[in-house]
Amino acid sequence: MSPIIETRELTRDFHVRDGLRRKRIRAVDEMSFSVDAGAAVGYIGANGAGKSTTIKMLTGILVPTSGEVRTCDLRPVQDRRRLAREVGVVFGQRSQLWWDLPVRESFTILASIHALSSADERARTDELVDRLEMSEYLGTPVRQLSLGQRMRAEVAAALLHSPRLVILDEPTIGLDVLSKQRLREFLVQERQTHGTTLLLTTHDMGDIERLCDRVLVVDHGHLAYDGTLDGLSRTVGAQRVLVVDLAEQTPDLLGIPDTAHLGSESRGLRQRLAFDAERTTAARVLGAVSEQAEVLDLSIEEPDIEDVVRRVYAASR
Amino acid sequence: MRASLLPYWRLLRAGIREQSTYRLAALGGLVANATFGFLKVAVLFATVRAAGGDLNGYDLGAMSAYIWLSQGLLGSVNLHGRSDFAERIKDGSVAVDFLRPLDVQAASIVQEVGRSLWSLVPRGIPSVLIGGLVVGMTMPTSPGPYLLGAVSLLIGITIGAAVVYLVATAGFWMVETRGLQILYMVVSGFLAGLFVPIALFPGWLLVLAQATPFPSMMMYPIDILSGRVTGAAALGLTAAQLGWLAALGLAGHLLTRAGRHKLEVQGG
Repeated sequence: MSPIIETRELTRDFHVRDGLRRKRIRAVDEMSFSVDAGAAVGYIGANGAGKSTTIKMLTGILVPTSGEVRTCDLRPVQDRRRLAREVGVVFGQRSQLWWDLPVRESFTILASIHALSSADERARTDELVDRLEMSEYLGTPVRQLSLGQRMRAEVAAALLHSPRLVILDEPTIGLDVLSKQRLREFLVQERQTHGTTLLLTTHDMGDIERLCDRVLVVDHGHLAYDGTLDGLSRTVGAQRVLVVDLAEQTPDLLGIPDTAHLGSESRGLRQRLAFDAERTTAARVLGAVSEQAEVLDLSIEEPDIEDVVRRVYAASR
Repeated sequence: MRASLLPYWRLLRAGIREQSTYRLAALGGLVANATFGFLKVAVLFATVRAAGGDLNGYDLGAMSAYIWLSQGLLGSVNLHGRSDFAERIKDGSVAVDFLRPLDVQAASIVQEVGRSLWSLVPRGIPSVLIGGLVVGMTMPTSPGPYLLGAVSLLIGITIGAAVVYLVATAGFWMVETRGLQILYMVVSGFLAGLFVPIALFPGWLLVLAQATPFPSMMMYPIDILSGRVTGAAALGLTAAQLGWLAALGLAGHLLTRAGRHKLEVQGG
Protein backbone atom coordinates (compact mmCIF):
# COMPACT_ATOMS: atom_id res chain seq x y z
CA MET A 1 0.00 0.00 0.00
CA SER A 2 1.35 3.41 -0.86
CA PRO A 3 1.61 5.93 1.95
CA ILE A 4 -1.16 8.50 2.31
CA ILE A 5 1.31 11.25 3.15
CA GLU A 6 4.85 11.42 1.84
CA THR A 7 7.27 14.32 2.11
CA ARG A 8 10.81 14.59 0.90
CA GLU A 9 13.09 17.36 2.12
CA LEU A 10 10.04 19.54 2.56
CA THR A 11 11.08 23.11 3.36
CA ARG A 12 9.30 26.39 3.94
CA ASP A 13 10.78 29.79 4.67
CA PHE A 14 8.97 32.84 5.98
CA HIS A 15 9.97 36.45 5.98
CA VAL A 16 9.40 38.23 9.25
CA ARG A 17 9.95 41.81 10.17
CA ASP A 18 12.48 42.40 12.90
CA GLY A 19 12.38 46.11 13.59
CA LEU A 20 13.33 47.61 10.24
CA ARG A 21 15.06 44.60 8.79
CA ARG A 22 13.41 41.63 7.19
CA LYS A 23 14.56 38.26 8.41
CA ARG A 24 14.26 34.92 6.74
CA ILE A 25 13.02 32.18 9.03
CA ARG A 26 13.02 28.52 8.12
CA ALA A 27 9.84 27.10 9.63
CA VAL A 28 10.18 23.63 8.13
CA ASP A 29 13.64 22.38 7.23
CA GLU A 30 14.13 19.50 4.81
CA MET A 31 11.57 17.31 6.53
CA SER A 32 11.10 13.80 5.17
CA PHE A 33 8.52 11.38 6.52
CA SER A 34 5.65 9.22 5.40
CA VAL A 35 2.39 8.09 6.94
CA ASP A 36 0.60 4.87 6.04
CA ALA A 37 -3.10 4.83 5.32
CA GLY A 38 -5.06 3.98 8.45
CA ALA A 39 -2.40 5.17 10.90
CA ALA A 40 -3.00 7.58 13.76
CA VAL A 41 -0.08 9.92 14.12
CA GLY A 42 0.55 12.55 16.75
CA TYR A 43 2.59 15.47 15.56
CA ILE A 44 4.02 17.36 18.51
CA GLY A 45 6.48 20.11 19.19
CA ALA A 46 6.84 23.47 20.89
CA ASN A 47 5.01 26.56 19.59
CA GLY A 48 6.69 27.72 16.42
CA ALA A 49 8.38 24.37 15.80
CA GLY A 50 6.78 24.10 12.37
CA LYS A 51 3.74 21.90 13.00
CA SER A 52 1.05 24.11 11.49
CA THR A 53 3.25 25.06 8.58
CA THR A 54 3.75 21.39 7.75
CA ILE A 55 0.00 20.75 7.91
CA LYS A 56 -0.69 23.70 5.63
CA MET A 57 1.78 22.36 3.09
CA LEU A 58 0.28 18.87 3.28
CA THR A 59 -3.13 20.31 2.45
CA GLY A 60 -2.10 22.72 -0.30
CA ILE A 61 -2.75 25.93 1.63
CA LEU A 62 0.91 26.94 1.71
CA VAL A 63 3.32 26.52 -1.15
CA PRO A 64 6.59 24.82 -0.12
CA THR A 65 9.81 26.76 -0.63
CA SER A 66 11.47 23.54 -1.76
CA GLY A 67 11.15 19.78 -1.45
CA GLU A 68 8.31 17.49 -2.34
CA VAL A 69 5.02 16.54 -0.79
CA ARG A 70 2.31 14.13 -1.85
CA THR A 71 -0.94 13.71 0.03
CA CYS A 72 -3.49 11.04 -0.97
CA ASP A 73 -1.34 10.54 -4.06
CA LEU A 74 -1.96 14.12 -5.16
CA ARG A 75 0.20 17.22 -5.38
CA PRO A 76 -1.40 19.49 -2.77
CA VAL A 77 -0.85 22.86 -4.46
CA GLN A 78 -1.63 21.89 -8.05
CA ASP A 79 -4.42 19.45 -7.15
CA ARG A 80 -5.81 21.52 -4.29
CA ARG A 81 -9.46 21.13 -5.18
CA ARG A 82 -9.26 17.38 -5.77
CA LEU A 83 -7.33 16.93 -2.55
CA ALA A 84 -9.97 18.89 -0.65
CA ARG A 85 -12.41 16.07 -1.36
CA GLU A 86 -10.09 13.50 0.26
CA VAL A 87 -8.97 15.43 3.31
CA GLY A 88 -10.82 16.91 6.27
CA VAL A 89 -9.05 19.49 8.39
CA VAL A 90 -9.99 20.87 11.79
CA PHE A 91 -8.18 23.99 12.92
CA GLY A 92 -8.83 24.39 16.65
CA GLN A 93 -8.36 28.15 16.33
CA ARG A 94 -10.37 28.76 13.17
CA SER A 95 -13.91 28.10 12.13
CA GLN A 96 -15.26 26.67 8.92
CA LEU A 97 -18.86 27.20 9.96
CA TRP A 98 -21.09 30.09 8.94
CA TRP A 99 -21.08 32.27 12.04
CA ASP A 100 -24.55 33.79 11.69
CA LEU A 101 -26.36 30.70 10.44
CA PRO A 102 -27.76 27.68 12.28
CA VAL A 103 -25.35 24.73 12.56
CA ARG A 104 -27.56 22.63 10.28
CA GLU A 105 -27.20 25.22 7.52
CA SER A 106 -23.40 24.91 7.51
CA PHE A 107 -23.71 21.16 7.02
CA THR A 108 -26.11 21.64 4.10
CA ILE A 109 -23.75 24.09 2.39
CA LEU A 110 -20.73 21.86 2.96
CA ALA A 111 -22.61 18.83 1.66
CA SER A 112 -23.29 20.66 -1.60
CA ILE A 113 -19.71 21.91 -1.74
CA HIS A 114 -18.57 18.30 -1.55
CA ALA A 115 -21.29 17.19 -3.97
CA LEU A 116 -22.81 14.61 -1.62
CA SER A 117 -26.00 12.99 -2.86
CA SER A 118 -28.99 13.82 -0.71
CA ALA A 119 -29.12 10.23 0.59
CA ASP A 120 -25.42 10.32 1.54
CA GLU A 121 -25.86 13.74 3.05
CA ARG A 122 -28.72 12.61 5.25
CA ALA A 123 -27.05 9.38 6.34
CA ARG A 124 -23.72 11.01 7.15
CA THR A 125 -25.26 14.03 8.89
CA ASP A 126 -27.44 11.73 11.02
CA GLU A 127 -24.43 9.61 11.92
CA LEU A 128 -22.32 12.60 12.96
CA VAL A 129 -25.15 14.36 14.80
CA ASP A 130 -25.85 11.20 16.73
CA ARG A 131 -22.26 10.34 17.61
CA LEU A 132 -21.20 13.87 18.44
CA GLU A 133 -24.45 14.52 20.34
CA MET A 134 -25.36 17.65 18.43
CA SER A 135 -29.12 17.19 17.99
CA GLU A 136 -30.16 19.73 20.59
CA TYR A 137 -28.29 22.63 18.99
CA LEU A 138 -28.60 21.98 15.26
CA GLY A 139 -30.95 24.95 14.90
CA THR A 140 -28.78 27.35 16.93
CA PRO A 141 -26.66 29.97 15.15
CA VAL A 142 -22.98 29.09 15.39
CA ARG A 143 -22.11 32.31 17.22
CA GLN A 144 -24.29 31.24 20.15
CA LEU A 145 -22.62 27.86 20.70
CA SER A 146 -20.33 27.08 23.61
CA LEU A 147 -16.72 26.26 22.67
CA GLY A 148 -17.28 22.55 23.28
CA GLN A 149 -20.40 22.51 21.12
CA ARG A 150 -18.71 24.47 18.38
CA MET A 151 -15.68 22.17 18.29
CA ARG A 152 -17.94 19.15 17.86
CA ALA A 153 -19.69 20.96 15.01
CA GLU A 154 -16.29 21.85 13.51
CA VAL A 155 -15.21 18.22 13.61
CA ALA A 156 -18.49 17.14 12.02
CA ALA A 157 -18.06 19.79 9.31
CA ALA A 158 -14.56 18.55 8.51
CA LEU A 159 -15.68 14.90 8.41
CA LEU A 160 -19.00 15.34 6.59
CA HIS A 161 -17.57 14.22 3.25
CA SER A 162 -16.02 11.11 4.87
CA PRO A 163 -12.43 12.06 4.05
CA ARG A 164 -9.76 9.37 3.96
CA LEU A 165 -7.35 11.58 5.86
CA VAL A 166 -8.33 13.75 8.81
CA ILE A 167 -5.92 16.37 10.04
CA LEU A 168 -6.60 18.00 13.38
CA ASP A 169 -4.60 21.05 14.43
CA GLU A 170 -5.03 21.44 18.19
CA PRO A 171 -8.57 20.04 18.23
CA THR A 172 -8.89 19.98 22.02
CA ILE A 173 -7.47 23.43 22.75
CA GLY A 174 -9.51 25.18 25.42
CA LEU A 175 -11.90 22.26 25.94
CA ASP A 176 -12.85 20.97 29.38
CA VAL A 177 -12.01 17.41 30.41
CA LEU A 178 -15.42 15.99 29.50
CA SER A 179 -15.53 17.63 26.06
CA LYS A 180 -12.00 16.38 25.33
CA GLN A 181 -12.99 12.89 26.33
CA ARG A 182 -16.08 12.90 24.10
CA LEU A 183 -14.11 14.13 21.12
CA ARG A 184 -11.40 11.51 21.57
CA GLU A 185 -13.97 8.72 21.86
CA PHE A 186 -15.58 9.92 18.67
CA LEU A 187 -12.28 9.94 16.80
CA VAL A 188 -11.41 6.43 17.99
CA GLN A 189 -14.83 5.23 16.79
CA GLU A 190 -14.53 7.00 13.46
CA ARG A 191 -11.20 5.30 12.87
CA GLN A 192 -12.60 1.90 13.75
CA THR A 193 -15.66 2.16 11.52
CA HIS A 194 -14.19 3.97 8.51
CA GLY A 195 -10.46 3.22 8.68
CA THR A 196 -9.73 6.94 8.60
CA THR A 197 -6.12 8.09 8.83
CA LEU A 198 -5.53 10.65 11.61
CA LEU A 199 -2.81 13.23 11.90
CA LEU A 200 -3.08 15.54 14.85
CA THR A 201 -1.08 18.22 16.53
CA THR A 202 -1.70 18.88 20.18
CA HIS A 203 -0.28 20.17 23.41
CA ASP A 204 -2.25 17.59 25.32
CA MET A 205 -0.48 14.34 26.18
CA GLY A 206 -3.91 12.77 26.74
CA ASP A 207 -4.77 13.22 23.06
CA ILE A 208 -1.61 11.41 22.06
CA GLU A 209 -1.99 8.61 24.60
CA ARG A 210 -5.58 7.87 23.71
CA LEU A 211 -5.53 8.43 19.97
CA CYS A 212 -2.13 7.84 18.45
CA ASP A 213 -0.01 4.82 17.71
CA ARG A 214 2.87 6.81 16.32
CA VAL A 215 4.45 10.08 17.38
CA LEU A 216 6.48 12.59 15.39
CA VAL A 217 8.30 15.24 17.36
CA VAL A 218 9.34 18.32 15.46
CA ASP A 219 11.94 20.83 16.61
CA HIS A 220 12.87 23.94 14.68
CA GLY A 221 11.53 22.42 11.49
CA HIS A 222 13.41 19.13 11.92
CA LEU A 223 12.07 15.75 12.94
CA ALA A 224 13.56 15.04 16.36
CA TYR A 225 11.76 11.76 16.99
CA ASP A 226 9.69 9.29 15.00
CA GLY A 227 8.30 6.18 16.69
CA THR A 228 5.82 4.85 19.21
CA LEU A 229 4.70 6.71 22.31
CA ASP A 230 6.18 4.05 24.61
CA GLY A 231 9.43 4.30 22.75
CA LEU A 232 9.33 8.05 23.18
CA SER A 233 8.91 7.81 26.95
CA ARG A 234 11.72 5.26 27.09
CA THR A 235 14.01 7.30 24.87
CA VAL A 236 13.66 10.49 26.80
CA GLY A 237 12.98 8.81 30.15
CA ALA A 238 9.90 10.89 30.76
CA GLN A 239 9.96 11.21 34.48
CA ARG A 240 7.28 11.46 37.07
CA VAL A 241 7.62 13.99 39.81
CA LEU A 242 6.85 13.28 43.47
CA VAL A 243 5.87 16.40 45.39
CA VAL A 244 6.05 16.04 49.17
CA ASP A 245 4.84 18.42 51.86
CA LEU A 246 6.98 17.95 54.96
CA ALA A 247 6.20 18.59 58.63
CA GLU A 248 9.31 20.70 59.21
CA GLN A 249 11.71 22.78 57.23
CA THR A 250 14.14 20.25 55.82
CA PRO A 251 17.40 20.60 53.90
CA ASP A 252 17.20 19.59 50.22
CA LEU A 253 16.60 15.85 49.89
CA LEU A 254 19.60 15.12 47.73
CA GLY A 255 20.48 11.55 48.65
CA ILE A 256 17.30 9.67 47.69
CA PRO A 257 18.24 6.73 45.39
CA ASP A 258 17.20 6.97 41.72
CA THR A 259 15.79 10.47 42.07
CA ALA A 260 16.79 13.97 41.09
CA HIS A 261 15.96 16.87 43.39
CA LEU A 262 14.14 19.47 41.29
CA GLY A 263 13.58 22.14 43.88
CA SER A 264 12.37 23.22 47.30
CA GLU A 265 9.82 25.78 48.40
CA SER A 266 9.20 27.48 51.73
CA ARG A 267 12.65 26.59 53.05
CA GLY A 268 12.20 22.92 52.35
CA LEU A 269 8.59 22.48 53.53
CA ARG A 270 7.68 21.39 49.98
CA GLN A 271 10.14 19.54 47.80
CA ARG A 272 9.96 18.10 44.30
CA LEU A 273 11.75 14.91 43.32
CA ALA A 274 11.86 13.50 39.81
CA PHE A 275 12.08 9.74 39.35
CA ASP A 276 12.07 7.34 36.45
CA ALA A 277 9.17 4.88 36.72
CA GLU A 278 11.26 2.17 35.05
CA ARG A 279 14.02 2.30 37.64
CA THR A 280 12.12 2.81 40.87
CA THR A 281 8.58 3.19 42.20
CA ALA A 282 6.74 6.01 43.89
CA ALA A 283 6.46 3.83 47.00
CA ARG A 284 10.21 3.27 47.26
CA VAL A 285 10.93 6.95 46.80
CA LEU A 286 8.34 7.84 49.43
CA GLY A 287 9.85 5.25 51.80
CA ALA A 288 13.30 6.76 51.39
CA VAL A 289 11.95 10.28 51.95
CA SER A 290 10.06 9.18 55.06
CA GLU A 291 13.32 8.02 56.62
CA GLN A 292 14.62 11.59 56.47
CA ALA A 293 11.50 13.64 57.19
CA GLU A 294 7.86 13.36 58.19
CA VAL A 295 5.63 13.52 55.10
CA LEU A 296 2.29 15.32 55.59
CA ASP A 297 0.99 15.17 52.05
CA LEU A 298 2.09 14.15 48.59
CA SER A 299 1.14 14.30 44.96
CA ILE A 300 2.55 12.81 41.76
CA GLU A 301 2.87 14.80 38.55
CA GLU A 302 2.63 12.91 35.26
CA PRO A 303 5.03 13.83 32.46
CA ASP A 304 3.48 16.53 30.30
CA ILE A 305 3.98 16.96 26.62
CA GLU A 306 6.06 20.11 26.93
CA ASP A 307 8.41 18.23 29.22
CA VAL A 308 8.67 15.29 26.83
CA VAL A 309 9.29 17.64 23.95
CA ARG A 310 11.93 19.55 25.90
CA ARG A 311 13.71 16.30 26.65
CA VAL A 312 13.60 15.16 23.04
CA TYR A 313 15.04 18.51 22.05
CA ALA A 314 17.78 18.30 24.65
CA ALA A 315 18.65 14.73 23.63
CA SER A 316 18.75 15.47 19.91
CA ARG A 317 21.06 18.45 20.12
CA MET B 1 -22.16 21.62 -14.79
CA ARG B 2 -25.40 21.88 -12.82
CA ALA B 3 -23.90 20.00 -9.88
CA SER B 4 -20.73 22.07 -9.94
CA LEU B 5 -22.68 25.33 -9.77
CA LEU B 6 -24.88 24.21 -6.90
CA PRO B 7 -22.37 25.04 -4.15
CA TYR B 8 -22.02 28.61 -5.43
CA TRP B 9 -25.79 28.97 -5.44
CA ARG B 10 -25.87 27.70 -1.85
CA LEU B 11 -23.14 30.17 -0.90
CA LEU B 12 -25.13 33.01 -2.47
CA ARG B 13 -28.12 32.00 -0.39
CA ALA B 14 -25.92 31.73 2.68
CA GLY B 15 -24.79 35.31 2.05
CA ILE B 16 -28.40 36.46 1.83
CA ARG B 17 -29.34 34.65 5.03
CA GLU B 18 -26.29 35.91 6.90
CA GLN B 19 -27.03 39.49 6.01
CA SER B 20 -30.69 39.07 6.95
CA THR B 21 -29.70 38.48 10.58
CA TYR B 22 -28.42 42.04 10.95
CA ARG B 23 -31.76 43.82 11.14
CA LEU B 24 -30.86 46.69 13.42
CA ALA B 25 -27.78 47.52 11.34
CA ALA B 26 -29.99 47.53 8.23
CA LEU B 27 -32.40 49.95 9.89
CA GLY B 28 -29.50 52.22 10.84
CA GLY B 29 -28.28 52.05 7.25
CA LEU B 30 -31.69 53.03 5.94
CA VAL B 31 -31.90 56.05 8.26
CA ALA B 32 -28.43 57.17 7.14
CA ASN B 33 -29.30 56.61 3.45
CA ALA B 34 -32.50 58.62 3.74
CA THR B 35 -30.85 61.46 5.66
CA PHE B 36 -28.13 61.87 3.06
CA GLY B 37 -30.79 61.51 0.38
CA PHE B 38 -32.55 64.62 1.65
CA LEU B 39 -29.21 66.41 1.80
CA LYS B 40 -28.56 65.51 -1.84
CA VAL B 41 -32.09 66.68 -2.71
CA ALA B 42 -31.36 70.10 -1.16
CA VAL B 43 -28.05 70.55 -2.98
CA LEU B 44 -28.83 69.00 -6.38
CA PHE B 45 -32.37 70.46 -6.65
CA ALA B 46 -30.89 73.91 -6.04
CA THR B 47 -28.37 73.24 -8.82
CA VAL B 48 -31.08 72.14 -11.27
CA ARG B 49 -33.18 75.21 -10.43
CA ALA B 50 -30.15 77.49 -10.84
CA ALA B 51 -29.61 75.95 -14.29
CA GLY B 52 -33.16 76.93 -15.25
CA GLY B 53 -34.86 73.61 -14.57
CA ASP B 54 -32.73 71.45 -16.85
CA LEU B 55 -29.19 70.41 -16.02
CA ASN B 56 -27.55 68.28 -18.75
CA GLY B 57 -30.86 66.50 -19.31
CA TYR B 58 -31.80 66.25 -15.62
CA ASP B 59 -35.02 67.99 -14.55
CA LEU B 60 -36.20 67.80 -10.94
CA GLY B 61 -38.07 64.52 -11.45
CA ALA B 62 -35.08 62.82 -13.13
CA MET B 63 -32.68 64.23 -10.52
CA SER B 64 -34.89 62.88 -7.75
CA ALA B 65 -34.94 59.44 -9.37
CA TYR B 66 -31.12 59.54 -9.57
CA ILE B 67 -30.81 60.63 -5.95
CA TRP B 68 -33.06 57.97 -4.45
CA LEU B 69 -31.84 55.15 -6.65
CA SER B 70 -28.25 55.98 -5.79
CA GLN B 71 -29.07 56.17 -2.09
CA GLY B 72 -30.94 52.88 -2.34
CA LEU B 73 -28.02 51.13 -4.01
CA LEU B 74 -25.55 52.42 -1.45
CA GLY B 75 -26.21 49.45 0.83
CA SER B 76 -25.74 46.94 -1.98
CA VAL B 77 -22.99 48.29 -4.23
CA ASN B 78 -19.71 48.06 -2.38
CA LEU B 79 -18.26 51.58 -2.41
CA HIS B 80 -16.44 51.26 0.92
CA GLY B 81 -13.89 48.66 -0.14
CA ARG B 82 -14.18 46.50 2.97
CA SER B 83 -14.83 42.82 2.42
CA ASP B 84 -15.09 39.59 4.27
CA PHE B 85 -12.27 38.22 2.13
CA ALA B 86 -9.86 40.99 3.18
CA GLU B 87 -10.62 40.16 6.81
CA ARG B 88 -10.12 36.47 6.13
CA ILE B 89 -6.67 37.06 4.64
CA LYS B 90 -5.78 39.29 7.55
CA ASP B 91 -6.81 36.87 10.30
CA GLY B 92 -5.75 33.73 8.43
CA SER B 93 -9.23 32.24 7.95
CA VAL B 94 -8.40 32.20 4.26
CA ALA B 95 -6.68 28.91 5.06
CA VAL B 96 -10.15 27.40 5.45
CA ASP B 97 -11.21 28.79 2.06
CA PHE B 98 -8.30 27.06 0.37
CA LEU B 99 -9.37 23.78 1.99
CA ARG B 100 -12.58 23.64 0.01
CA PRO B 101 -12.94 22.11 -3.44
CA LEU B 102 -14.10 25.47 -4.78
CA ASP B 103 -12.74 28.38 -6.74
CA VAL B 104 -11.78 30.73 -3.90
CA GLN B 105 -12.50 33.89 -5.90
CA ALA B 106 -15.93 32.78 -7.12
CA ALA B 107 -16.92 31.50 -3.68
CA SER B 108 -15.95 34.80 -2.08
CA ILE B 109 -17.73 36.93 -4.69
CA VAL B 110 -21.02 35.02 -4.63
CA GLN B 111 -21.21 35.33 -0.85
CA GLU B 112 -20.65 39.08 -1.09
CA VAL B 113 -23.29 39.33 -3.81
CA GLY B 114 -25.72 37.40 -1.60
CA ARG B 115 -25.22 39.87 1.25
CA SER B 116 -25.65 42.79 -1.15
CA LEU B 117 -28.85 41.39 -2.63
CA TRP B 118 -30.43 41.09 0.80
CA SER B 119 -29.58 44.73 1.52
CA LEU B 120 -31.97 45.74 -1.27
CA VAL B 121 -34.83 44.55 0.94
CA PRO B 122 -34.33 46.62 4.10
CA ARG B 123 -32.32 49.49 2.56
CA GLY B 124 -32.62 49.65 -1.25
CA ILE B 125 -36.32 49.46 -1.90
CA PRO B 126 -37.37 51.48 1.20
CA SER B 127 -34.97 54.30 0.24
CA VAL B 128 -36.58 54.58 -3.19
CA LEU B 129 -40.06 54.42 -1.64
CA ILE B 130 -39.23 57.17 0.84
CA GLY B 131 -37.93 59.37 -1.97
CA GLY B 132 -40.91 58.63 -4.19
CA LEU B 133 -43.46 59.33 -1.48
CA VAL B 134 -41.84 62.34 0.20
CA VAL B 135 -40.14 64.09 -2.72
CA GLY B 136 -41.62 62.51 -5.83
CA MET B 137 -39.65 61.34 -8.87
CA THR B 138 -40.00 60.50 -12.55
CA MET B 139 -39.74 56.79 -13.25
CA PRO B 140 -40.39 54.79 -16.42
CA THR B 141 -43.93 53.59 -17.04
CA SER B 142 -43.10 50.56 -19.22
CA PRO B 143 -41.60 47.30 -17.85
CA GLY B 144 -38.54 47.26 -20.15
CA PRO B 145 -36.26 49.57 -18.15
CA TYR B 146 -37.08 47.69 -14.95
CA LEU B 147 -36.25 44.30 -16.44
CA LEU B 148 -32.98 45.34 -18.06
CA GLY B 149 -32.31 47.55 -15.02
CA ALA B 150 -32.58 44.54 -12.70
CA VAL B 151 -30.06 42.63 -14.82
CA SER B 152 -27.78 45.66 -14.96
CA LEU B 153 -28.09 46.09 -11.19
CA LEU B 154 -27.15 42.46 -10.56
CA ILE B 155 -24.09 42.84 -12.79
CA GLY B 156 -23.24 46.13 -11.09
CA ILE B 157 -23.37 44.55 -7.64
CA THR B 158 -21.21 41.67 -8.87
CA ILE B 159 -18.67 44.08 -10.39
CA GLY B 160 -18.48 45.85 -7.03
CA ALA B 161 -17.78 42.54 -5.29
CA ALA B 162 -15.20 41.63 -7.95
CA VAL B 163 -13.31 44.93 -7.58
CA VAL B 164 -13.34 44.71 -3.81
CA TYR B 165 -12.03 41.16 -4.12
CA LEU B 166 -9.10 42.59 -6.12
CA VAL B 167 -8.47 45.13 -3.35
CA ALA B 168 -8.50 42.28 -0.83
CA THR B 169 -5.97 40.20 -2.78
CA ALA B 170 -3.41 42.92 -2.04
CA GLY B 171 -3.39 41.29 1.40
CA PHE B 172 -1.44 38.38 -0.08
CA TRP B 173 1.48 40.79 -0.46
CA MET B 174 0.85 43.41 2.22
CA VAL B 175 0.09 42.94 5.89
CA GLU B 176 -2.15 46.00 6.09
CA THR B 177 -4.47 46.87 3.22
CA ARG B 178 -6.49 49.57 4.96
CA GLY B 179 -4.75 52.38 3.08
CA LEU B 180 -5.74 50.81 -0.21
CA GLN B 181 -9.28 50.29 1.03
CA ILE B 182 -9.59 53.95 2.01
CA LEU B 183 -8.22 55.05 -1.35
CA TYR B 184 -10.83 52.83 -2.99
CA MET B 185 -13.56 54.36 -0.84
CA VAL B 186 -12.59 57.91 -1.83
CA VAL B 187 -12.23 57.22 -5.55
CA SER B 188 -14.98 54.66 -6.18
CA GLY B 189 -17.92 56.61 -4.78
CA PHE B 190 -17.04 59.70 -6.75
CA LEU B 191 -16.43 57.95 -10.07
CA ALA B 192 -19.38 55.59 -9.62
CA GLY B 193 -21.64 58.63 -9.55
CA LEU B 194 -22.68 58.47 -5.91
CA PHE B 195 -22.37 62.21 -5.24
CA VAL B 196 -23.38 63.70 -8.60
CA PRO B 197 -24.40 61.92 -11.85
CA ILE B 198 -21.30 61.43 -13.98
CA ALA B 199 -23.14 63.15 -16.86
CA LEU B 200 -22.49 66.39 -14.94
CA PHE B 201 -18.71 65.81 -14.90
CA PRO B 202 -16.54 68.02 -17.13
CA GLY B 203 -15.56 66.19 -20.33
CA TRP B 204 -12.11 65.03 -19.26
CA LEU B 205 -13.38 63.69 -15.94
CA LEU B 206 -16.21 61.86 -17.65
CA VAL B 207 -13.70 60.14 -19.93
CA LEU B 208 -11.57 59.26 -16.93
CA ALA B 209 -14.56 57.82 -15.07
CA GLN B 210 -15.63 55.76 -18.06
CA ALA B 211 -12.15 54.27 -18.22
CA THR B 212 -12.77 52.69 -14.79
CA PRO B 213 -15.24 50.00 -13.73
CA PHE B 214 -16.88 52.34 -11.19
CA PRO B 215 -19.73 53.75 -13.33
CA SER B 216 -20.63 50.15 -14.20
CA MET B 217 -21.27 49.51 -10.51
CA MET B 218 -23.83 52.25 -9.86
CA MET B 219 -24.31 54.89 -12.56
CA TYR B 220 -25.19 52.55 -15.45
CA PRO B 221 -27.79 50.55 -13.52
CA ILE B 222 -29.35 53.84 -12.36
CA ASP B 223 -29.36 55.23 -15.90
CA ILE B 224 -31.19 52.14 -17.12
CA LEU B 225 -33.58 51.79 -14.16
CA SER B 226 -34.58 55.45 -14.28
CA GLY B 227 -35.17 55.29 -18.04
CA ARG B 228 -32.60 57.99 -18.77
CA VAL B 229 -30.84 55.60 -21.13
CA THR B 230 -33.03 53.25 -23.14
CA GLY B 231 -33.01 50.93 -26.14
CA ALA B 232 -29.73 50.12 -27.86
CA ALA B 233 -27.83 52.58 -25.67
CA ALA B 234 -29.05 50.72 -22.56
CA LEU B 235 -27.94 47.41 -24.04
CA GLY B 236 -24.60 49.06 -24.81
CA LEU B 237 -24.17 50.00 -21.14
CA THR B 238 -25.00 46.44 -20.10
CA ALA B 239 -22.46 45.08 -22.59
CA ALA B 240 -19.84 47.44 -21.17
CA GLN B 241 -20.67 46.11 -17.71
CA LEU B 242 -20.24 42.53 -18.86
CA GLY B 243 -16.89 43.46 -20.38
CA TRP B 244 -15.74 44.92 -17.10
CA LEU B 245 -16.97 41.90 -15.17
CA ALA B 246 -15.03 39.53 -17.43
CA ALA B 247 -11.85 41.62 -17.18
CA LEU B 248 -12.10 41.93 -13.40
CA GLY B 249 -12.85 38.24 -13.04
CA LEU B 250 -9.74 37.38 -15.02
CA ALA B 251 -7.59 39.84 -13.06
CA GLY B 252 -8.86 38.38 -9.78
CA HIS B 253 -8.15 34.88 -10.98
CA LEU B 254 -4.56 35.76 -11.89
CA LEU B 255 -3.96 37.64 -8.66
CA THR B 256 -5.35 34.76 -6.60
CA ARG B 257 -3.03 32.34 -8.35
CA ALA B 258 -0.01 34.59 -7.88
CA GLY B 259 -1.04 35.44 -4.32
CA ARG B 260 -1.21 31.82 -3.25
CA HIS B 261 2.51 31.58 -3.74
CA LYS B 262 3.01 34.57 -1.46
CA LEU B 263 0.44 33.53 1.13
CA GLU B 264 1.69 33.40 4.68
CA VAL B 265 -1.25 32.44 6.84
CA GLN B 266 -1.44 34.95 9.67
CA GLY B 267 -2.00 33.94 13.26
CA GLY B 268 -0.50 30.44 13.20
